[in-house]
Amino acid sequence: MAKQSNEAFFWMLFSAGGVVAAMLIPVQLFLFGVAIPLGWVQAPSYEHLVSLLRMPLVRIYLFVFCSLPLFHWAHRFRFTLYDGLQVKHLNEVIFTLCYGGAIAGSAVAGYLLWSAP
Amino acid sequence: MSTSTLQPPKKPSGYKPFHPRWYRPRVSVYWWLGEWHYLKFILREISSVFVAWFVVETLLLVNALRQGPAAYEHYLKLMQNPLILVLNVVSLFFVVFHTITWFNLAPSAMPVRFGGKRVPDFLVAAPSYIAWIVVSVGVAWLLLR
Amino acid sequence: MAEKITLEIARYSPEQDEQPHYECFEVPVHKEWVVLDALNHVKDNVDGTLTYRWSCRMGICGSCGMMVNGEPKLTCATFLSHYANQGARKIRVEPLRYFPVVRDLVTELSDFLNKLKKVKPWLIHEDEPPLSQGEFLQTPAQVDRYKQYSMCINCTLCYAACPVVGLDPVFVGPAALALAQRYNLDSRDQGAAERTALLAHPEGVWGCTFVGECTRVCPKHVDPAGAIQQYKLAAVMSWLKSFVMPRGQDAR
Repeated sequence: MAKQSNEAFFWMLFSAGGVVAAMLIPVQLFLFGVAIPLGWVQAPSYEHLVSLLRMPLVRIYLFVFCSLPLFHWAHRFRFTLYDGLQVKHLNEVIFTLCYGGAIAGSAVAGYLLWSAP
Repeated sequence: MSTSTLQPPKKPSGYKPFHPRWYRPRVSVYWWLGEWHYLKFILREISSVFVAWFVVETLLLVNALRQGPAAYEHYLKLMQNPLILVLNVVSLFFVVFHTITWFNLAPSAMPVRFGGKRVPDFLVAAPSYIAWIVVSVGVAWLLLR
Repeated sequence: MAEKITLEIARYSPEQDEQPHYECFEVPVHKEWVVLDALNHVKDNVDGTLTYRWSCRMGICGSCGMMVNGEPKLTCATFLSHYANQGARKIRVEPLRYFPVVRDLVTELSDFLNKLKKVKPWLIHEDEPPLSQGEFLQTPAQVDRYKQYSMCINCTLCYAACPVVGLDPVFVGPAALALAQRYNLDSRDQGAAERTALLAHPEGVWGCTFVGECTRVCPKHVDPAGAIQQYKLAAVMSWLKSFVMPRGQDAR
């Protein structure tokens, strides 16, 4: 088979992250970022959220919720730096910082969700 | 014969074809400010930064939940900080902008054919919007009940 | 409608100029005149040295592409009255963006033609069937799969619209990628594997960030952006398959 660039893999992560971000982020951002602070809705109680967090399914959901959009950001931001600021000569540095950041964020998410009570 | 080989005639070495000096304009670093369509594109790409920002906020919330009720109260107070609130409102705008542009553009990558003809993009995008509303209502109910 | 309008035209003479400069020419506004008619009027009656490409004057040859008020357009399809009716007193005409300028409004296209050639825009067969087998048959549905991408007239408006073309001269570009898809999706073609190396490459489809300008300016509604995104998806499928089935199908 003809050799293919591995860009396909990163674009796949970018797409998956884009779908997750598009579907799942707006409602949570609206609730926790705007509606609850402004008092439009009552904040969920600590006990309620912790009981949700105990469910393995919720932890998996949150891991996907945090990890994939970070890879979406990494890919998009990398190209924005290439095109927007024309810093393509810093190719390797940008690549490492972007995907490294996404990996680090995913690792933090994994640790926090794994070790939650 | 699989591929035809269209090779240009070999130039004798040392001869460089002459042309008068072409003008080669440089693309400015501010190319994206030159046109509304370019600016809209860059704003769409910048939305990814706000997506990443909300992931960070979510991780802060999870961390607060791990640490106890006091930490959770502290987090809620933090969300009420005017600067954070403004940042979140701006983030919400960008995240919704991402959602809408994503759903509208995704059908280009997956043309759907029905009865030999191509289904128009907005019809292919419609189920995504419906799913978005259903999922959002579901998540809101789970969180607020 | 105003009786006259001014054309502000970019002039560049390689022997005399370091950089282009603008010259203004007043032209009459006739209801049916397009920008190309105005340019011909200038060349015939005012300044015979004005240099530009044109041919069919009906939007099928792809020769007369220029930047009109900062937008890539076919000048044979852009009416003066459109601008006059908006109250504009001036129309700025420049050579297509992101190409070297040979003279006045003429751009250097050999790089573009090279890119077209590199995607192998011809039917590729592993096994040439004997003539006795007859013609290739295609159903209307099979034609429909690639027909849109075959409508390209190589006018390079998409290259003038795409910022990646300007930022990365090695980027293959919308028209060439759409042309490759035209052949990849053609049921008579077996050459998708041969095109993979060039297409599934950082300067092939992966250089595209789906700005979408190419599709917006295309006068023939080829939708090169759509062709590129479809290839990206196909390339991902093929990349995944290469793990599950190392000898599997190539991106189509």
